[in-house]
Amino acid sequence: MSVLSKLKEAVICLKAGRVTLPYPSESRPVPARFRGRPLFDPAKCIGCAGCANNCPAREILVEDLCQEIRIIRYLGRRCTYCGRCADVCPEKAITMSPEFENATNHIGDIQQRIELFMSTCQRCGRCFKEPGFLDQLKAKGYRFDDVQHERWILRSQAYLATEPTVDDIKIDLD
Amino acid sequence: MTSKSISIEMLKNLCQKMFGRSLWVYHANSGGCNGCDIEVLNVLTPFYDAERFGIKLVGSPRHADVMLCQGPAMRATAKALQRAYEAMPAPKLVFAIGSCACGGGIWHDTYSVLGPVEKLLPVNFYIPGCPPRPEAIIYGVAVAVGLVDKKAAPVQFKQIELPIPRYHPNDLRGRDELVVYEKVDRV
Repeated sequence: MSVLSKLKEAVICLKAGRVTLPYPSESRPVPARFRGRPLFDPAKCIGCAGCANNCPAREILVEDLCQEIRIIRYLGRRCTYCGRCADVCPEKAITMSPEFENATNHIGDIQQRIELFMSTCQRCGRCFKEPGFLDQLKAKGYRFDDVQHERWILRSQAYLATEPTVDDIKIDLD
Repeated sequence: MTSKSISIEMLKNLCQKMFGRSLWVYHANSGGCNGCDIEVLNVLTPFYDAERFGIKLVGSPRHADVMLCQGPAMRATAKALQRAYEAMPAPKLVFAIGSCACGGGIWHDTYSVLGPVEKLLPVNFYIPGCPPRPEAIIYGVAVAVGLVDKKAAPVQFKQIELPIPRYHPNDLRGRDELVVYEKVDRV
């Protein structure tokens, strides 16, 4: 009886065949709607920094080198691939790619750096985009991140009631 | 002398080929959410079968070659993590698995989180993801063992400065029925 049950077991085991995935030698497709590494399309990006303001992990940094040049830097170290940057992007410049093979021996390998030319408003001298989207993006004033030290800072004093709004803008009124 | 050193080197290479690629891993969680732990255990199941590469989970850091770190460096477990690292025998690697270990995680600015694991230990390989797929973990191990090359590379985009011709009416000169710009500056 016991021999028969053992044989039965062996038959069941043989029927299953080989289930192991031959992964690193063969590629493995990801399921639909999988969110991998976000890819930034510099041709579509308008530099509104909505992704930087909405990133829960604060991994997208924005720095204005001068009035015209804005640097957007995605570090990706603690990115949770939540896809909020892709959701919030008004120009659909960020896409969640199916890339998941991001393992490296150097953490700087997964970063992306985009340098953008910003046009300026003729009246106030600030970089701008038509209002509407920016209200939704919670753009609270002027983000100026410390890109050298990879830190996120909000230098704008606009959220303090006692401080003047952004005191480096001075519009002369007649 | 030279033949001896050559033979020693050959023996060394042979040993590295035969014995050098079996990593025994110790699984250390320093305060993560268990998502990455479940994915690591997934890797050890027959479907993904990490024992193909000689990977074996061991219960003590004294038996391990590799420490798999999950979770950020936290105030409460920092000492324990460092002691576990010191207990490992000398040729040792540290893998940081998940966003928490790689960069401090989504709660990187909390009072109890010190930051990424590399603040405490020298990390050799990073596997980002929240949690990383089991395939991503296998890929990271394969990169470490040398079966595949790493794919990640930093992306940099710089806008090209197009030279714009600058015209000034002072530079207009008449030249038989035509008006010509005498000098063309390019900015």
